[in-house]
This record gives sequence, C-alpha cells and structure tokens, in this order.
Amino acid sequence: MDHAIEVRNISKSYGSVVALDNVDLDVQRGSVMGLLGPNGAGKTTLVRILTTLLRPSSGSATVLGYDVVRHARHLRSYIGLAGQSAAVDDLLTGRENIHMAGRLYHMPKRQVQKRAQELLEQFDLVDAADRSVKGYSGGMRRRLDLAASLVANPPMIFLDEPTTGLDPRSRLELWDVIRNLVSEGTTVLLTTQYLEEADQLADEITVIDLGKVIAQGTADELKHQAGSEFIEITVRDVEDIRRAASVLENFAENNECDIDEEARKTSIMVQDGASIMVQVVRSLDTEDIAVANMAVRQPTLDDVFLALTGRTAEEAATESEQEQN
Amino acid sequence: MNLPQAVNGWRPEPPAPSTPVREAIGSVLYEFRWIIADTAMLTWRMLMHYRRNPEMLLSTIFGPLMFLFLFTYVFGGAIGRSTEINYIDYLLPGVLIQNNIFTVMQTGIGLADDMQKGFVDRYRSLPMARSAVIGGRVVATTVIAFFSAIWTIGIAVVIGMRFHGGFWPGLSLPFVVALFCFGFAWISALVGVSVRDTQTASSITFFVAIPLTFLSSTFVPIETMPGWLQAFAGVNPITQVVNLSRNLAQGGPIAVYALPTFLWTVFFVFGIGSLATWRYKRIS
Amino acid sequence: MIQPAQLQDRSPLGELVSAIAVEARWIIADTAVMSWRNLLRYRRSPELLMFSTLSPVMFVLLFNYVFGGAIPTGDLNYIDYLMPGILVQTTIFSATTTGVGLAEDLQKGMVDRYRSLPMARSAVLGGRVVAETLVSLFVAFLMLGVGLIIGMRFHGGFWPGFSLPFMVAGFAFGFSWIAAFVGASVRNAEGAGSLMFFVVFPLTFLSSAFVPIESMPGWLQWFAYVNPVTNAVDFGRALSQGGPIVANAWPTALWTLGMTFVIGPVAVWRYRKV
Ligand SMILES: Nc1ncnc2c1ncn2[C@@H]1O[C@H](COP(=O)(O)OP(=O)(O)O)[C@@H](O)[C@H]1O
Ligand SMILES: [Mg+2]
Repeated sequence: MDHAIEVRNISKSYGSVVALDNVDLDVQRGSVMGLLGPNGAGKTTLVRILTTLLRPSSGSATVLGYDVVRHARHLRSYIGLAGQSAAVDDLLTGRENIHMAGRLYHMPKRQVQKRAQELLEQFDLVDAADRSVKGYSGGMRRRLDLAASLVANPPMIFLDEPTTGLDPRSRLELWDVIRNLVSEGTTVLLTTQYLEEADQLADEITVIDLGKVIAQGTADELKHQAGSEFIEITVRDVEDIRRAASVLENFAENNECDIDEEARKTSIMVQDGASIMVQVVRSLDTEDIAVANMAVRQPTLDDVFLALTGRTAEEAATESEQEQN
Repeated sequence: MNLPQAVNGWRPEPPAPSTPVREAIGSVLYEFRWIIADTAMLTWRMLMHYRRNPEMLLSTIFGPLMFLFLFTYVFGGAIGRSTEINYIDYLLPGVLIQNNIFTVMQTGIGLADDMQKGFVDRYRSLPMARSAVIGGRVVATTVIAFFSAIWTIGIAVVIGMRFHGGFWPGLSLPFVVALFCFGFAWISALVGVSVRDTQTASSITFFVAIPLTFLSSTFVPIETMPGWLQAFAGVNPITQVVNLSRNLAQGGPIAVYALPTFLWTVFFVFGIGSLATWRYKRIS
Repeated sequence: MIQPAQLQDRSPLGELVSAIAVEARWIIADTAVMSWRNLLRYRRSPELLMFSTLSPVMFVLLFNYVFGGAIPTGDLNYIDYLMPGILVQTTIFSATTTGVGLAEDLQKGMVDRYRSLPMARSAVLGGRVVAETLVSLFVAFLMLGVGLIIGMRFHGGFWPGFSLPFMVAGFAFGFSWIAAFVGASVRNAEGAGSLMFFVVFPLTFLSSAFVPIESMPGWLQWFAYVNPVTNAVDFGRALSQGGPIVANAWPTALWTLGMTFVIGPVAVWRYRKV
C-alpha cells in the first residue's frame, strides 16, 4: 500500500450545485499533496468527504486503506483534521483543548498529558498553555488547532486552508510547523488558495476548479505546462508598444504576445530566455524602440492557472461566487 | 485488515473481536463505555464554560428571584385569590419548572453555536461516540438546573413558602424537576441540531417555551382560563410536572401526575433524543 | 465633484443665524439617513422583525387568556385594562434596542466611521431613537389590532383612542434617550442589554400596567405610584377608556420632555466623549 489516499470518481452535488465532478486523486504515503483552487472550487467538500464528515454522491475513496464510507468509524482513529475555522474552545486553556481532543481520540490520560506538553513545546505555546484561548492571537489559535488535531499522532492529516486570514509572519511560522510534520513521516493533504503556499509546501499539486481536477503534478511540472520562461519588456514610450509587441511576437514560443498598455509592458513565453533576450535586444535596437526595463521571469503558479483555465485565480473565485447568487 | 501504523507512540485499539456474536456483544459494551466516557468529557467542557464565564449563570440566578418576586408581590395580590393554597406555595413549583426549562433550553443554543463555529466538524472527525456531543450539553445543563432548583427553593422559603407534603416528597422535588428538565433538554437539542444557527435556535426556544409554560398550571389554576385553553393546558406536559411537583411539596395525589410526567420524560429522552442524535449524525 | 461650501462675508449676526440654520438642516438630514439605516436592519433580519412583532402579540394573548380570568380589575374588562399597560411596556422594552444597538456599534468600531464623516454627531443617536420610535408606533398599532380582535373596545371617544398609540410611542421616544445614554456609557452590547433589562423589568411591572396597584403590598404601592410608567399607563387608560385626561397628561408630558431634553443631551455628550 503506497497510496495513503485513493479517490476514484468522486462526485458530490448540493441540489443543483455540483461541488465535485468526477474527481480522481492519489496521494503517496509520506508526501504532501497540495489541493489548489480558488474559493468555491470544491476543496473543503473533498476534505470533508475524506474525513468522513460527508458522504459522496457517487464514487469511492479510501484513506489509509479504509473506505471513507464503510469503514468511517475505524478510519477516524487514524486521521487528524484542522478545519477551515479553528475549532478551539475559547473558554478552555490551550492545554485543556489539546487534552480534550486526546481524550476524545480515546487515548489514555497519562499519554495525553505527556503528548499535550510535547505539542505545546513544539508549537511554541508553552507560555500561553494555561491561559484561556480567548486571548490568543489568530496565529496562536491556528497552531493550537493544528496541535489538537495531531494529538493522537495520526499518520494522515488534513489541513483545510491552514493559513487563510493569517498575517505574513504567522503564515511563515505555520509553514515551518507543517514542514516539520512532513519530516516526521506524516502524510499531509493541504488545501490552499495561495499558489505560493502550494509551491512552498507540497510535493505534488492538484489544481481544482469548479469541482474538476484540471491539472496534477509537481510544482515544476505545472510550471512547465505554462511555458518555461517569460521575457518582459517595458517600453519608455506608450506609442512604441505595438511595434515592440510585433517584434517580440517573432520570438514567442506560441506566437502570442501579451500587451499591458497601462504598464507599458509586453511579454512573451519562451524556452531559453537568456539567449533569446540577446536577439530581442538587437531587434528592438534596429527598430529604434527605447526600452525602460527588460527581464527574464520564471513563471509563477498564477501563470499556471491562467494557462490552464484562461483566467486568473481571482477571476475564478468571483465567478464561482456569482454562480451562487 | 492491515492496520496503519501511527507515526510514533500511541496506537488506537484494534477493531473489536471477530466472531459475530462476540463482536456484537463486544461492540455494544465498547460503545457503551465510550458513550459514558465521551459524554463525561464534554460535560466537563461545558461545566468549565460556566466556571470561566459565570455571566452565563446570571439569568439562572436572577431569573427565579425576579419571577418569585414579581408573581408573589406584584401579581400575587390579584391572582392569589384564585388559588386554594397560599400563593407562594402554589407558585414555587411552577417557577422551578419554568426557569429550569429556560436553563436547559441553552442546550440547543449551545449546540447551534458549536456547529456555527466548526466544532462539530472536529468532533465528527474523531473516533468518539456520536451521541456524546449532544449528551454532554444535555447533562451539563441538567446539572445547572438541579442546583438552580435548590437555589430557587431556598429563596422561596425565605419569602414565606412552606412544605406541607412531608419530608421525602419535599426532598425529591429538585430531583424530579431535574429529571424532567433532562428530558426537555433533548427537545432543545433537536432544535439546535436542526437549525444550526444560534439566533434562530434562541427565537424558536423562546416562542416554544413561553407559551408552553404559560399555558399550564404554572401561574394560575387552569380552571380560571377560557374553556378551549383548559383543554390544551390539561394535556400540556408542563401542567403534569408542575402538578406533580406541587403535590410533592404541598401534599395531594402523586401517582396521577407521576405517571404522565414519567411517560413524557421517557418519550423526550428516547424518542426526541434518538431523533436529535440521528439528525446530528446526518449533518453534512 | 463635491466641493466644500464657500465661505462668504456676512455680518456676525447673519453668520450666526445661518450657521444654526445650516447645522439644523444637517442634523435633520443626517438623522433621516441614520434612521433609514436602522430601519433597514429590520428588513434584512427577519429574525429581528419577528421578535419585535410576534412576541408582543404573543404576550397580549397570554396575559389576556392566562391571567385575565384570575386578575380582578373592577369595572373594566381585563383586556381593556391590559392594553394601555402592555403597550407602554412593550414599547419601552423595544426602546432599549436603541441602547443595545448603539453599544454594539461602538463595540464593532462602526461608530468610528461615522465619527470620521462630516456628519452631525447627534445624528447617530438621533437616527436610532427615531427608527426605534417608528418601529414602536408600528408595533403599537399591530397590538391594538390584535387587542380589538380579541375583544378590546374604546370607551373614551374616537380621537383620544386614536391618539393612544402616538402617545405611547412618544413616551417610548423619551425613554430611548435613557437607553442611548446607557449604550453610550457601557459600550458592550451584552452589558447594556442586561443592565437595561434589570432597569426596565421592575419599572414596567411595578406599575399599574398589569394589575391594579391597590392589590400590591403597601411597601410596593408607593413605588408604583411615583413610577413614571404608572403615569403613562394611566394616561393611556384615560385616553382609551375615558377618565380625566389633563390630570394624567401633564406628568407624562413632563417625564417625556425631561428624558428628551435632559438625558438626551447628556447621551450625546457621552457619545462625543467616546
Ligand atoms: N452545504 C452546502 N450546501 C450547498 N452548497 C454548498 C455547501 N457546501 C458547499 N457548497 C458549494 O459547493 C461548492 C464548493 O464549495 P467548497 O468545497 O466549500 O469550496 P472551497 O473550499 O474550495 O472554497 C461551492 O460552490 C459552495 O457554494
Ligand atoms: Mg473551503
């Protein structure tokens, strides 16, 4: 069994809204799978199905070899879930929250106490451990929530948008925590709307959009799909931009050229940035076009999303929102 | 089946033994043990809430005070003429029941809050007993109701209420009240898991509990009501339990009211309770 | 483009007069806007609407049918006796929403935004008070309608009877300023809510609203007699059932004016100091 998760043809609809549409997914044991998609893509729905909270409309899935519907009860002992909103009790202390989670995993009392202390240390919550959670910052709450979901040392953990709503520093801290987890051999499935986050944490990325898997692979593979590199030219004079674009077009891999008039920018996708850049400069020079700035840029996952769906992640999210209304 | 290994340290218990009969017995016992343990855990959580946030008890503490005062002194002069016994003696059992029904109505509001805040997702992904989330809240509010009953009786005695029904019946009063409220808490739980929104849960609670408690023998003898209301008040379970409590404290027939009260309570706990648990399991 | 008003040369007196006129105009306009915003809440939250309409109706029915048979009220039918009382009680309770809402806004920092706008300071409070008063008026009519259906009758003539809901709303308007004062002082919705409850509950019940004062114990009677709620209820009863109107009118008028023009400015002042 080298797959921690196997999802086969899972669909889920809420009335007429199709939240998941024939999703297939395999996650290697001990790896981090990043589920990437804009708001409303169906990430939470998939996580809820895999954590036995929701029955799929059709299809099947196993987690750690357990069927998520038929073996739900046993499966729950082996998974941890940190949901989209931190499920920590405001009136209990940090330690009590972890303790309660451990007891509800049916761990022996002694072991919970030991484990709680370990987790509090690991997540840098020792100072606040015996204060009530009401006074915790957003980052602390998320860390506590994560700690509580790890109390039973589950071999499989689900993190639903673990850093949404956190400030940049807390986000970096949480990333470190997640990296540590992985180094201990836990399999992680994490969802995110941040392309950068998936790039940073995940071994493999599954991009989903409107309930469908639209791409799968390592960050590098996905970047490759979007073209390997970009050349960006900023002209000094807006009048020159069309001419500059027609020059650039000749070098483009797909004979296409993006123009952003407001920013006086034009860009093309190429295979070997550095050597083509030299030729571009020469041609612009002969055309007598004054250049303000030029750069070879690595593609970001935003470019990937654009290449895969024809729209940016932000546009996709607004679209799904409109569909709801 | 191949058990997955925990990464380090603790491993959950293996699935129950394998012959069908043993498995059945084993899983019932196993189940039962964890229902108790998990309910206790969540009851602890709720009691900690009351301890850390004593404001939650304000209405439990001042409610009976206000109601006893209001009905004894403000309305007592006017209403009191319609009762055969001293009005405070007549009133106390009603106030006990009414106030504690409001106390246990917190069950559903709290459950709705748990759902809104994503707690229930966490609980449902744990290998814990399903009924414990509801059970914990029900038990905790019942505990509060019990102590509230004792406190209310104390105030009533200070302002002139006396027991005339003997020692043991009188002593059993807070227990009977708590038992009935335990049953009633499951109705509130059903509301909570069905609406999943604290605002809606508390308005439903209000619009159910107020008429139910007023349209009963809580404050005035039902004979003074118009005929069509008497019919309703007569079958109202609140009337049964109030009459039972009143006769426990003041003497009078007990069995006629004890039986319906008991049956209603059983129905609330097992009928409504299973429905609530079933709805909770089916949350998606 | 919006441009700030031009400054013009004027005589000092003319300037003062026009300043007051401009000020008054904006106070009224801003108050209207804020009232509108507060009323919108009712449309957006059916919950709130249900609570403020359904529960008064429910209490009319409960008091009449549950207690009506047990409370002797002399010559009057209980429903005739009850209506003015329960109207005053309900509208006063609904006036406390003013304070709770204001405290909530202060808590959420919503008020910071209003305060940063060039609007009249009193409009935030005024808007709430006006909105709640309009709601009170609506609820009063609704309750009277239900009362009439279940047997209440006016015995004091058409115009006095017709003026009953307006008089009740007017008294609640005065009371709203007390609520606004509490809200601006406490600044915590829950705190304001429970404080108000513990003030309003005894005030409305220890009055002639539900039972004749003579049936209360002696030591409660004197409180009930001086209670302004008793004045308002007696005035309402005179309007709807006949009786000396002027003698009952002036204490209520004095209380209402006092709450509006004494507590009102204090509330605005507290709010400005936030
Ligand atoms: N309980 C529900 N009832 C109806 N529609 C739902 C429900 N939960 C989710 N949806 C819809 O399903 C789609 C996927 O939602 P979700 O899985 O929460 O997306 P994500 O987590 O990627 O933002 C959305 O269009 C959402 O509105
Ligand atoms: Mg989501």
